[in-house]
Amino acid sequence: MADLKAPASGHDKLMIGQSATGIYVAHAILILGILIVAFPIYYTFVASTHTLQTILRPPLPLLPGPEFWNNYSQALSGGVNRIGGVGVDTLLVNTTVMALGIAIGKIVISILSAYAIVFFRFPLRMTFFWIIFITLMLPVEVRILPTYKVMVDLGLIDTYAGLIVPLIASATATLLFRQFFMTIPGELVEAARVDGAGPWRFFFDILLPLSRTNIAALFVILFIYGWTQYLWPLLVTNSNSMNTIVIALRKMISFADADTQWHLVMVTAMLAIVPPILVVVAMQRWFVKGLVESEK
Amino acid sequence: MTPRVVFPNRILPYLLVAPQLAITLVFFYWPAGQALYQSMLREDPFGLNSRFVGFANFRKVLADPAYVNSLEVTAVFSIATAAVAMSVALLLAVMADKVVRSRGLYRTLLIWPYAVAPAIAGMLFLFLFNPSIGTLAVLLRKAGISWDPLLNSTDAMVLVVTAAAWKQISYNFLFFVAGLQAIPKTLIEAAAIDGAGETKRFWTIVFPLLAPTSFFLLVINTTYAFFDTFGIIHAVTGGGPGKATETLVYKVYNDGFVNLILGESAAQSVILMIIVIALTAIQFRYVERKVHYG
Repeated sequence: MADLKAPASGHDKLMIGQSATGIYVAHAILILGILIVAFPIYYTFVASTHTLQTILRPPLPLLPGPEFWNNYSQALSGGVNRIGGVGVDTLLVNTTVMALGIAIGKIVISILSAYAIVFFRFPLRMTFFWIIFITLMLPVEVRILPTYKVMVDLGLIDTYAGLIVPLIASATATLLFRQFFMTIPGELVEAARVDGAGPWRFFFDILLPLSRTNIAALFVILFIYGWTQYLWPLLVTNSNSMNTIVIALRKMISFADADTQWHLVMVTAMLAIVPPILVVVAMQRWFVKGLVESEK
Repeated sequence: MTPRVVFPNRILPYLLVAPQLAITLVFFYWPAGQALYQSMLREDPFGLNSRFVGFANFRKVLADPAYVNSLEVTAVFSIATAAVAMSVALLLAVMADKVVRSRGLYRTLLIWPYAVAPAIAGMLFLFLFNPSIGTLAVLLRKAGISWDPLLNSTDAMVLVVTAAAWKQISYNFLFFVAGLQAIPKTLIEAAAIDGAGETKRFWTIVFPLLAPTSFFLLVINTTYAFFDTFGIIHAVTGGGPGKATETLVYKVYNDGFVNLILGESAAQSVILMIIVIALTAIQFRYVERKVHYG
């Protein structure tokens, strides 16, 4: 893959057959595209800084209002009535635990199983590989009810384990690590063994440092995956205090009756959107590389 | 190629695969098996006893007009979402490929929606477009366009497609940019010297060379529209108005959890499983081809 990162500044150089007007049009279309793409998020922020009365009398102004501190502190401290008085802080903690648990859990169990499958020879090795591989074809959505039953039987409803564990086994991460491990030259393993390194020493001192980039990329993708889950937390959480922020947001909105606290809903929406965006933007380099390369 | 040098150890490899294997068996194979088994059973309304009915549930589901309706809804929804998300992303990627100045900034500003949960995307669009307080709905009304996604089924479909496509633009954009960068610039310049205009160059050179990327994205976008958009439907329309936006996944959830028709819900799950297997098979055939000729 060519380097995706273009110099941040620099002049547009014209290629043969390109006109200067064409470049201006390109910039214009890109800016328009960004405005359209960013508008819903920007407008949510604008709405989160106005009073409920202003929101209820559309159209809403295009610029933020003066209620930023008021609305945010009210949502963070007071809690919202519709979701049983659970504060946004609790929801954020739940969602963070779930996203981190899924990201870290998935990376740990898949790097271990990929390690076993690539660097050891043992009976049933390929059988295990296929058992893991086939789970690609069994997303939660196609086994909703029976999986729910398993959760009830194991007493995992309304627990962090229930939110995390069933989602950490998936084939994609294992396949990714397997693919990467297979590019590691056998000489490296041999050299390590000659120097007296056992399997654990090799894993921690050589394999893990080599996998750093892959782990970082995977971490971003899985963190977003965990943060944006909807169907699963909807099924396995009943109590309001165990909800993720996405589910709670859904419960707060009602178009039928007039007492939806829109200004607080918008604050909650902002708090649900900003953390994963920060993760993606901050780790953009690894994320883009990992996404485009791993899925190819 | 697997490294031929391996560690000699009898027990350790089993311990290493054990966690993933255990979770896979308990949360994937056991429930999937249950779904298969249940799809062949019919329970009485009180759930007291059930009997084996073979493929009767499947026949009943496939003959049900509501199910056929939800197949059609899913088809329309997926095709529209993939078409909108891919064409907008392609346009933006082609433009981003032309410019050098502030390309990095454009990319940063375009990848935001990737991080937004589909359900939240749906709620944001509903906030903008709902007839009572939605600012854009008010503007549409002022412009003389009648618009009510809560009552009109076409409007509802337009709304969920917009939200679903918006969320997917970033992903497609990143892949199209990578695809465009892999096309040798000399090829395009040669065509320009031969007198081909910009539009002609795009359709005769760039577009055909992007075919592998486009095909890959088509499969990914279809899978996304099938499964990951449950949140949008649930949060925005609840399948309504009527059953105008009831997709297959939403119907499985609704029949199983809300209406408690277990056998038929299980049969629907099994049909969905077959669809996923088909999509995965297509995806892997494509990957294989790429390995051979790419």
